[in-house]
Amino acid sequence: MLRPHGGKLVNRKLSNSKCQETSEWSKDFDRIDVSAAVASDVENICKGVFSPLEGFMVRGELESVLHLMRLSNDLAWTIPILLDVSEDQAKKLDEGDELILAFNGEPLALMQLEEKYRFDHEELAHCTFGTSDSSHPGVAATKQMGLVFLGGKIDLINEPKGRYDHYKLAPIETRVLFEEKKWNTVVGFQTRNPPHLGHEYVQKTALAFVDGVFINPVIGKKKIGDFKDEVILKAYDALMTNYYLKESVVLSILPFEMRYAGPKEAIFHAIVRKNFGCTHFIVGRDHAGVGNFYGPFDAQAIFDEFSDLGISPLFFKSFFYCRRCSSVTSEKACPHPENCRISFSGTKIREMLSNGQIPPQELMRPEVAEVITQHPNPFVG
Amino acid sequence: MLPKKKKDEDRKKFTTVSIPTPLFKKVEARIKDTGFTSVSSYVAYVLREIVAEVEDEEPFSEEDKERVKERLRALGYID
Repeated sequence: MLRPHGGKLVNRKLSNSKCQETSEWSKDFDRIDVSAAVASDVENICKGVFSPLEGFMVRGELESVLHLMRLSNDLAWTIPILLDVSEDQAKKLDEGDELILAFNGEPLALMQLEEKYRFDHEELAHCTFGTSDSSHPGVAATKQMGLVFLGGKIDLINEPKGRYDHYKLAPIETRVLFEEKKWNTVVGFQTRNPPHLGHEYVQKTALAFVDGVFINPVIGKKKIGDFKDEVILKAYDALMTNYYLKESVVLSILPFEMRYAGPKEAIFHAIVRKNFGCTHFIVGRDHAGVGNFYGPFDAQAIFDEFSDLGISPLFFKSFFYCRRCSSVTSEKACPHPENCRISFSGTKIREMLSNGQIPPQELMRPEVAEVITQHPNPFVG
Repeated sequence: MLPKKKKDEDRKKFTTVSIPTPLFKKVEARIKDTGFTSVSSYVAYVLREIVAEVEDEEPFSEEDKERVKERLRALGYID
């Protein structure tokens, strides 16, 4: 099976007995309450989704990621994984301390505070997103971060509980699952939308070359107008039940707050799927982009800079429904003129759905459309 | 904010490696009209490809696997 990023799957989940011990002797430790997004990062670090990371980044690691797109050990890595706190919180903490990260009032993880440091938010945003424009949601979120960052290794005490835990698999679980299914090659598919026919076309085209497809929707805070998590999951359930072979597909969620960092996030998404055991990763048009901040195929071009990524990208350019071909097809295959083509415009499909209209069958499976239109409010408000 | 000198030192993540001049020239000719902007970037690219082929992953223990399979069964992922 494909090696995880860095060669070893990180596992920093404390055993039950150690959890009990830790809960006892850590009662007097400082506590930092973290957001749902940070709690997801904690879980992802400790379960190996972010292998080889073992904790939140210290300054040297952060600078290496921002300026070289690599960790200090030269492994490819493009997105900062940070824990920020306010100045008041930071004043109470000393480097070398152990502290408890808490979520929803429960101890979440034990952290060994290796370094507390400041980092210019403007520079952080610019190096991560290629812009300092606050209309970019990632930039806006960065500018709102606390003034001090805490770096150091963490150990998971309690898993954060979520509504969709029955859809959540850790990398060790997907790896065993792929092995059980006798999949030697697996393509990962990142999504934050219910599937239209274009998505299905991409997944099934990729499936012609690999043993299985791993559909891995991102679950967590999204921007206004995005589809709600439960809608995405129900829509995929409907698609898989009606149009996929059970032997060829696995659906599991990734709790993670999208950064919308475009090309850099595409590399990061590929690394995460490599840790889940995927050998291939689908990169479409404007992957993880937002607005017009990135070129439509920047997220594909960036892979040229990462020959040692260890997972093969599969690039898809534009595809559409052609009335003359009577199928979903692409510019490479379809000889018919523009007026025969129906594009998979996310905005158009969203508009139709928000008006209670069912998109035509050429764009979306009726079972999928039904799930969405029957939901009282399918969009993040 | 860090003093500028310290910041520059932290960012200095490169070192010098010597290669024979004829090889340098061959590489220089090869990367002409490609996306590589320097011999250094090409050499780093090639070396990373080679270095990436390293040791095998640690296999899971049978006990780990059985525990995982139990959860996968409970969730309906395997029969």
